[in-house]
Amino acid sequence: MNNTVSSSSQRRSLWQIFRTPFWVGVLSAVGLVSALLGDGWMDAVSWIGLAIPVVLCARYTWGKTDS
Amino acid sequence: MNVKLWFLVHKWTSIICTAFLLLLCITGLPLIFSEEIEHELGDQVTAPPMPADTPHTSLDRVAEAARAQRPGEHIRFMFWDNDHHPNQVLVLMAESMDAPPDANSGVVVDSRTALVLDEPKLDEGLMYILFKLHVDLFAGLPGMLFLGFMGLLFAVAVISGVVLYTPFMRKLDFGTVRKHRSTRLKWLDLHNLLGVVTLVWALVVGVTGTINTLSQIVLAIWQQDQMAEMTAAYQDLPPPQQIGSVQRAREAALAAVPDMNLSLIAWPGSQFSSPHHYTVFLHGNTPVTSRLLQPALVDAVTGELTDTREMPWYVKTLFLSQPLHFGDYGGMPLKIIWALLDIITIIVLGSGLYLWLGRGSTVSRPVDEIESGGLAEGNIT
Repeated sequence: MNNTVSSSSQRRSLWQIFRTPFWVGVLSAVGLVSALLGDGWMDAVSWIGLAIPVVLCARYTWGKTDS
Repeated sequence: MNVKLWFLVHKWTSIICTAFLLLLCITGLPLIFSEEIEHELGDQVTAPPMPADTPHTSLDRVAEAARAQRPGEHIRFMFWDNDHHPNQVLVLMAESMDAPPDANSGVVVDSRTALVLDEPKLDEGLMYILFKLHVDLFAGLPGMLFLGFMGLLFAVAVISGVVLYTPFMRKLDFGTVRKHRSTRLKWLDLHNLLGVVTLVWALVVGVTGTINTLSQIVLAIWQQDQMAEMTAAYQDLPPPQQIGSVQRAREAALAAVPDMNLSLIAWPGSQFSSPHHYTVFLHGNTPVTSRLLQPALVDAVTGELTDTREMPWYVKTLFLSQPLHFGDYGGMPLKIIWALLDIITIIVLGSGLYLWLGRGSTVSRPVDEIESGGLAEGNIT
């Protein structure tokens, strides 16, 4: 994803703004429910689903994303 | 609603709840690992090793052992936790049956030999202090409900924050963090980013936490509703003079509800039981059914089953809210992720506080800031 501000200053649609947060939310929800419904691989689905927000936070906090 | 109104909602719900939410997040962090920490501190006994097929002794002997250990006290509950404390029964006793719900003393008894293993201190130690701060601020039910209200405000703050995310991000790509323009802009970007990606988790943990604060009320409603129906035939009878065997109650319950395991037994006259019944609470074996306790009411005199029913929806909601709040249902990796998400929430709360303190009391400037994606006058150094 390109994070420069000046090069792309046109208004974004609601879907453009919320596309990534939406999918992160869906995967978090799947992660929250999965380990409740079963053990083994369903635990692993939970770990992955809920690790995604953590990984994104780290990626954009420490990644080279400045303009 | 316009941006200014949403901003005011976000600002005021946040101002009221942030201090308490910080307390909840900070005390909650070690509580995620309370099982491991107590194990590490040696606060928990383990039953001595014996052959795996050693039979369990009668619960009447377990009850006798507990009474001999604390003469003059009354048994109110027996608890089992096979996953973490196999071959043990935790017996909770009190000076009288109607002593306050948390005025208990505990005796841990080996379920095979009926030997007393430990008398755990239930109300001291660092974990106890953290637990009380997290649950009720040492203020009982009012403290619990107050924290539940803070949880609701937190949910409103999260939702209004998402609404404000829209105008803020109109001209920005997802994940934009402008680190070198100004400290304020960096923290504004981080507040938005960390807040939006942890949104679903934060809402679920916040709302289930609020539901958990209603536990005493929910269980009181259950007693007035379903349990009263099940024990209707006993309503006008005087309490029995002499109660019978708890072992017989256990057997009657397990025979009535096969394929379930003991979770706890509430003694006649205790909370969660009638004066005439042992209430045997059973749980299933899957992650979901192990949380959904089912009560079996057994006549304390005759040892015959009176009734057993599935819990109503509102008690099931409470039971399922517990794991979703604690994060204890997916092994150690899930606990670690829970802790990391908790730390991220602390950063969102802290950055929100910083943004508020750094901005003064005007409304128009932060609103301009949101509508321009943080590029309003004063941000660019």
